[in-house]
Amino acid sequence: MNINTTKIISLLFFIFSAFYLYTAYQIQVFAFDENAPFNARTFPIYLGYAGLFFSGLKLILPDPNTIKVDHKNLEYKKTGILILIAIIYGATILKVGYFLTTSLFLFASYYFLGERRWILMFLLSFPFVAAFMYLLHGILDIYLRDPFLQSIGVMG
Amino acid sequence: MIEGILIGLTTAFTFQNILMVMVGCFFGTIIGMLPGLGPMTAIALMIPITYGFDPATGLILMAGVYYGAVFGGSTSSILLNAPGVPGTVATSFDGYPMAQQGKAGKALAIAAWSSFAGGTLSAIYLLFMAPSLSKVSLSFRSPDYFALMILGLTAIAAFSSKGQFLKAMMMVVLGLMLASVGQDSLSDITRFTFNNMNLTDGISFVLVVMATFAMSEALTIILKRNDPTSAAKQVSLTELGSIKINKEERTKMYKTIPRSSVIGFLIGVLPGAGATIASFLAYGMERNVVSDEEKEKFGKGSVNGLSAPETANNAACSGSFVPMLTLGIPGSGTTAVMLGALLGFGVQPGPRLYMTNPEIFWSIIMSMYIGMVILLILNLPLIPYIARILAVPKNYLIPLILFFSVTGIYVMSFNNFDIYLMIGIAVVATFLRLYDFPMPPLILAFVLGGLMEENLRRSLLLSNGSWEFLWDRTLTTCILAATILIVVWHIYKTFKNKN
Repeated sequence: MNINTTKIISLLFFIFSAFYLYTAYQIQVFAFDENAPFNARTFPIYLGYAGLFFSGLKLILPDPNTIKVDHKNLEYKKTGILILIAIIYGATILKVGYFLTTSLFLFASYYFLGERRWILMFLLSFPFVAAFMYLLHGILDIYLRDPFLQSIGVMG
Repeated sequence: MIEGILIGLTTAFTFQNILMVMVGCFFGTIIGMLPGLGPMTAIALMIPITYGFDPATGLILMAGVYYGAVFGGSTSSILLNAPGVPGTVATSFDGYPMAQQGKAGKALAIAAWSSFAGGTLSAIYLLFMAPSLSKVSLSFRSPDYFALMILGLTAIAAFSSKGQFLKAMMMVVLGLMLASVGQDSLSDITRFTFNNMNLTDGISFVLVVMATFAMSEALTIILKRNDPTSAAKQVSLTELGSIKINKEERTKMYKTIPRSSVIGFLIGVLPGAGATIASFLAYGMERNVVSDEEKEKFGKGSVNGLSAPETANNAACSGSFVPMLTLGIPGSGTTAVMLGALLGFGVQPGPRLYMTNPEIFWSIIMSMYIGMVILLILNLPLIPYIARILAVPKNYLIPLILFFSVTGIYVMSFNNFDIYLMIGIAVVATFLRLYDFPMPPLILAFVLGGLMEENLRRSLLLSNGSWEFLWDRTLTTCILAATILIVVWHIYKTFKNKN
């Protein structure tokens, strides 16, 4: 059986809009604003209905331009690994600091994408991040907190 | 106006700003050459760096990136028949056949000169039109602005993706929904935060742009096993030939450039239309006005066929700045990104920008011209070398895009919640892209969401909650009529194509 994924996305969007609309009705407004022509929940309510309307139309109307995606040719594994590396990056950056986390993030990404030229991988991670950090921190005055560099005395 | 031009020149001609235009043009050309990575990605990656500068310099850098990306897109269209950006598809119709005839250098030169002339002429149109339009737009009231935003969002949905109007409208609604997260601007009541303090200030604009463009494009390239740099590897092997344009070819260009620049500029001014439609229209019009003998050459390497879309797409880029600078309403996804960046600087574009921040207003216009000159001087002779730089393997390119995305978000907020949120939005956007859900309408809606609610609030409060404000003023009614026309035209076209 062929499942039209666009219709499934439209159905998901319909459900999401219904949830959004429900949440919009739950927004607590000030008592004096309750019957005002416009309050904090008015615009979200319109948006919720608009979402239901457009996704409902997409669900009901025939879809002549059906998009077919060949899932066998999609690279789910590498994409998943990259997403995982980014999540780990988010989890460690505050504790470890910008320099080490970002350098390792780049190094790991090169590795999992199939790169094995170690020297080039190193040059495009550690020294590259150091140079970028100097641009942000040293030249553009954008503060970057880095407990690792602070612990080894490189940063004040 | 002379005073304004002088202010603009003084600001634009500083060493730092000229350097920014050069860097922007160079970086934009590189990204624009890579099929799949357009000007929005290039600008999005630049945003965190621009926050280290003053608003004028930041915007000058972004404008340079924009022009560079369009120019880079033309290069890959001509040399490889692989347009880097949609606005340069029409360039490949005659540019690629010309390159196949061993005249790649000449085709690049024609494209560069046409882009330069188109951009220069439209910068002049902008110079004269923007101040007058700014004065006119001061008479705009909240209902007019609200109607104008509806028009802009409908237009971008209609033009952004062929036959996918409903999908684009769903993206518009999603963009507006994302914009509604956080504190209500008037009452400070929090909405859709689910008691998460990180969402109280709403979702950052840079986060949404990075997630839906830079990061999602990088993930899509990996997911689809594309290699955008493969095209660039072929460029360096191509024999370019001479870049000289002879007298006969110049004469043809002299006729094509003025008319195509007018079309390009006017289409660029229209909300949602942009460089793609401008280049196709200019190509079509040029084919209709040339002699029968020249008409035969179209599609086989015609000078007019190459010059027209190139002039029009660059003119449209300048044109798209008009609604952004004068009304504060972006006409395209790219200018929406720039508007968002300007709001981040604390600068509110609109009719008053002309009076309150003349140095920004005029320096953007002046730097456009400088950008054109730099593109011509630097890029044309450097194209083979830029192409070599591009032959960087995908295994390095993708992590670097991801690096700029996550770093960009981190340096803006210094919290990891934003990194997680960006990853989440990027994953959803990648999935939606697979099924042809367009992203530019989402960005435009996200940028306009707050302004739209504000103008609807004022309109409804002034009319005591009645929707009569939509037809009380002639201007509002005219704008809404234009919106209805776009929808009707789109439905008619869809049915016509089906039959």
